[in-house]
Amino acid sequence: MDRFLGFVKKEFFHIFRDRRTMIILFGIPIIQLMLFGTVITNEIKDARIAIYDQSKDEMTQEITSKLLSSGYFLLDRNLQTTNDIEAILKKGRVKEVLVFGRDFSRKLKREGKADIQIIADASDPNLAKMLTSYTTGIINDYIFKEMGDLHLPMQVEPEVRMVYNENLQSVYMFVPGIMAMILMLISAMMTSISITREKELGTMEILLVSPLRPVQIILGKVTPYLLLSIINAVLILGIGHFIFGVPIKGSWVLLMGESVLFILMALCLGIMISSLSKTQMVAMFISVIALMLPTILLSGFIFSIENMPLPLQVVSHIIPPRWFIVILRNIMLKGVGMAYVWKETLVLVFMALLFVTIAVKKFKTRLE
Amino acid sequence: MKQGKIENSEPDTMTATENLSAERTPVISVKNLVKKFGNFVANDHLTFDVFKGEIFGFLGANGAGKTTAMRILCGLSSPTSGELMVSGYDVYKQAELIKRNIGYMSQKFSLYEDMTVAENIRFYAGIYGLSVRQRKEKEQVMLQKLNLESVRDKLIASLPLGWKQKLAFSIALLHDPKIIFLDEPTGGVDPITRRQFWDLIYEAAAEGKTIFVTTHYMDEAEYCSRVSIMVDGRIAALDTPDVLKKQFGADNMNGVFLQLARSATRTD
Repeated sequence: MDRFLGFVKKEFFHIFRDRRTMIILFGIPIIQLMLFGTVITNEIKDARIAIYDQSKDEMTQEITSKLLSSGYFLLDRNLQTTNDIEAILKKGRVKEVLVFGRDFSRKLKREGKADIQIIADASDPNLAKMLTSYTTGIINDYIFKEMGDLHLPMQVEPEVRMVYNENLQSVYMFVPGIMAMILMLISAMMTSISITREKELGTMEILLVSPLRPVQIILGKVTPYLLLSIINAVLILGIGHFIFGVPIKGSWVLLMGESVLFILMALCLGIMISSLSKTQMVAMFISVIALMLPTILLSGFIFSIENMPLPLQVVSHIIPPRWFIVILRNIMLKGVGMAYVWKETLVLVFMALLFVTIAVKKFKTRLE
Repeated sequence: MKQGKIENSEPDTMTATENLSAERTPVISVKNLVKKFGNFVANDHLTFDVFKGEIFGFLGANGAGKTTAMRILCGLSSPTSGELMVSGYDVYKQAELIKRNIGYMSQKFSLYEDMTVAENIRFYAGIYGLSVRQRKEKEQVMLQKLNLESVRDKLIASLPLGWKQKLAFSIALLHDPKIIFLDEPTGGVDPITRRQFWDLIYEAAAEGKTIFVTTHYMDEAEYCSRVSIMVDGRIAALDTPDVLKKQFGADNMNGVFLQLARSATRTD
């Protein structure tokens, strides 16, 4: 036990004394979270809009006040003529102009049909898209509440999908995604690099010649990363929950349990990579190409798996974070228990066992 | 000063050789060692004994199979067939006991650059299970002997190559091994530092430790009690440097080596 602790201590020396390692371990998760978090909260906060209200009746007034009180929009000015619209958009400060048609409330009540035009500055397409969908969301919400008892088709905006909610959900997707990515980065990449570094330096041979058993060496190498990964998982969940308000509806215990399982799986993957590569460069290369890119692109973190071409959907099944993200999303957002995530959990367990088996096999052939 | 030291070390060789004739207990005994990688025979029926207190030079061109044989003796690789005893233990069955009785140092010096001298010593003492008291004692003596007390808390990265090498050697001796395996320990080091390093080797041999060393430098081969030269996976010659030189009619070990190595068919 003393030997083991000495080994772990040595490993922490390596980690704490290497500024690059420290940045990857703690800088990147926080920067990523802040980046995604603030992009999400700021992008559609206090966006300046102008309104050209041709009706000025109670309904348009109410819609206007709903929009402005939502916190997303700030009224830059009221416009008086159609000509003003282009002029003000050209200036660039106002991102969206809302035009209410004549006799808005009367038309809506009588014909179930009224005109609103939303003109957005699409020089920033993403922002324009978000602004318009937020606006239509709020308007739909209002119309639905006001006119809900009337069985008239809502023809203000023919799309009745809840664009608003959809966006909100993708906000919450980032925390599980970042979590999967960071844990993958630390557990798999950092371990594989730290093990191959010993090979490259020649210290691995000394360790193997010593009375330490290979299992002890590997455990000694991964224990610090296990601890740091758990700290990181708590950090990411904490920041996501308490600063960005991502809900955690399910049990914290299950959430942490699944996170530890994912970390262990990633550590096994890291050990496997290190057994396949001779140098740190190779280990890094495998980690980035085979792990980081698929984690970002194919796990459902940024692009939804349902929208991928079929071959990529098939490939996504072998990407471990895909399963982890589903687990996280289910526990955090839907608040479900083990009964709903056991399948994904089993997949992760299976992957961990597979990786560790390959690693052990590789290690043995290398010794022979 | 340095020259004086070099001359002083000559009698040490004598002691080592005398020890050798006094007690002929083989500490390494190899009979018909064969190691195959697929169809490739890296070690072809090697048979040799190494005796206590001996400095056994293990020579051969690149690819001759010396590193393979050494790795097998250290337990880093397992033999295909043959009888092997290291320090009185069977290589197949008692690998763990062997590990406690051998030290190993390679060309790469194997110290952690981002740790201090003291931390490296502490770490290696730790994995060999030395108690804190033992370790402190050894550390004190070692640093004093190597004149490294002033850099005790300096990072290894900041030390010159020669110091690292001496320190790595002393650390390999930390747990009092009976046999020390040195894999091209003096690669990339200047001649003076090399000579000083050999002083350390003699000293260890004089204390009764057995040294098993591979090298590319033929002048170093002259310092060995006995030398084996491998060609194409077989041992082509094995005797004291003097006998070998006479046998091959060469002025120095370089001549002996070239005559043997020229017949090699294998290269890297």
